[in-house]
Amino acid sequence: MAVTSASADPTRLSWYEASARQRVAAFLDADTFQEFVGPAERAMSPHLPLFELPRAFDDGIVVGRGRLDGRPVLVAAQEGRFMGGAFGEVHGAKLVGLLRAAGAVTPAAVLILFDTGGVRLQEANAGETAIAEAMRAIAEVRAAGIPVIGLIGGRAGAYGGGGLIAGTCARLAVSEGGRISVSGPEVIETNKGAEEFDSRDRALVWRTMGGKHRRLTGGADAYVADTVAAFRQAALALIDRAPAFDLATLEAEQARLEARLARFGACRDGAEIWVRLGVNDPDAVPAMTDAAFAETVAGVPEASHDAR
Amino acid sequence: MPAKMPLDAILAALFPAGHAVTVAEGLITGEGPFGDGRLVVVGIDGDTALGVEGALMLSRAVLDAVKAGESSGSRAPILVAVDSDSQRMSRRDELLGLNECLAHLAKALLLADHLGHPTVGLIYGHSAAGAFIATALATRVLAALPGADPSVMDLPSVARVTKLPLEKLEAMAASTPVFAPGLDNMVATGAVHVVLDPGQPLDAQLRALIADLPPGDIRDRLGRERGGRPVAQVIAERVVSQARGT
Repeated sequence: MAVTSASADPTRLSWYEASARQRVAAFLDADTFQEFVGPAERAMSPHLPLFELPRAFDDGIVVGRGRLDGRPVLVAAQEGRFMGGAFGEVHGAKLVGLLRAAGAVTPAAVLILFDTGGVRLQEANAGETAIAEAMRAIAEVRAAGIPVIGLIGGRAGAYGGGGLIAGTCARLAVSEGGRISVSGPEVIETNKGAEEFDSRDRALVWRTMGGKHRRLTGGADAYVADTVAAFRQAALALIDRAPAFDLATLEAEQARLEARLARFGACRDGAEIWVRLGVNDPDAVPAMTDAAFAETVAGVPEASHDAR
Repeated sequence: MPAKMPLDAILAALFPAGHAVTVAEGLITGEGPFGDGRLVVVGIDGDTALGVEGALMLSRAVLDAVKAGESSGSRAPILVAVDSDSQRMSRRDELLGLNECLAHLAKALLLADHLGHPTVGLIYGHSAAGAFIATALATRVLAALPGADPSVMDLPSVARVTKLPLEKLEAMAASTPVFAPGLDNMVATGAVHVVLDPGQPLDAQLRALIADLPPGDIRDRLGRERGGRPVAQVIAERVVSQARGT
């Protein structure tokens, strides 16, 4: 797929605004991406026509191999603009296939560029099962010593089963626009009412599940600016310090998450948690520049760990 | 639909000689004698929603079983029995990182499997969405009892999201397993490997499942064979083959 040279400049290309194909092309070393089961193969959803919905030649996900600073990697990128990046049968199977291939081709890392609302309801059972298959495959890839790194900064975020897959990865990088959550704001509001979660309150959404909150609480390992170049730098740094998938790591994660509940279980808002983490001026966090936020994170011991 | 088999009856059938499995606030933990060793049970009862505390309590129990297995060398099978709601839907759960807690529980079960514990899911009631993925779907093999009612989302909610009339969805659901709730559809998708026979001894059926665990993840093959997921296996295999350059 052609990408114009101006928009392909990774230092200028907004991750949030870019398509999945633009992200992959600009993220990897130039001209190294080779796609598997690409659009020419017309691997489309067999189910969407039943709902009279348009299909995509790639079912909303791009998978393949490429190089990152010369090192071989496998990469999957979800397209948030097709069906909200949601997991259908083909979409999920492409990710599962990529993860299963990792054991055989032993890349330096598998990178998942999340951009998903979760399960595609029109193919709900297939999507849900594929998410379970992907998590099992990630555990096996990690157990084989291959880092699986998630990058989250797309318009659809990492919601539903996408949030669970993200939590299975060895490392996560997130930008300010990236949101990680199981139930989305609209789902909570629909089920529990607007007094529980007003989904139109964007500031509340960001304080509850946005990139800065996840980074401060250790839900993500790197916070990056919204450019493809920044995600690339973060991924390179994270590959070399991915935690092992073993009992020690999961015991550490158990302790980390239990400590979080004990310390912050009574908090009602992200800003309350940030205060307890030692952030002096929590009200300033949402508007902080990337540089100032990086400094703030550096002062929060809970933000950085190997317990994932 | 057949009636749901109550947890008490399931445990009595699994452990004819008695057990030490308890339920507190809808969370199941404990163990009992099983064959020559013991069977560890974790799970969710009573259509309970799974939130951050519940997920960490269950993962604690799984990791304890893994620790015991590592020190004794005897890796007990782990049964994940589920009659749950979906994940608990609240602002507080998401604020505290529900995605990490649910993923952690799934990882604990996947690690147990990796280290040699047979892991078996048993859905005997409802389950949905994130709670289902983090528990029963994170096991090597998932069995169901008649009366089980797994789903991703109920049809009225699907109607709201897809903006299709409920009557139309109900008609479509009769012929299309891929989106509709219910045990038969999850069997067709390959997510549920087998439906047990409550008229036969459950302990023997569970022992047979454990003796004959599939070597890896065969859910996409089952989905193709049963027609509920016609193309997933072919697509995944094509990706693997192209990645290997074969």
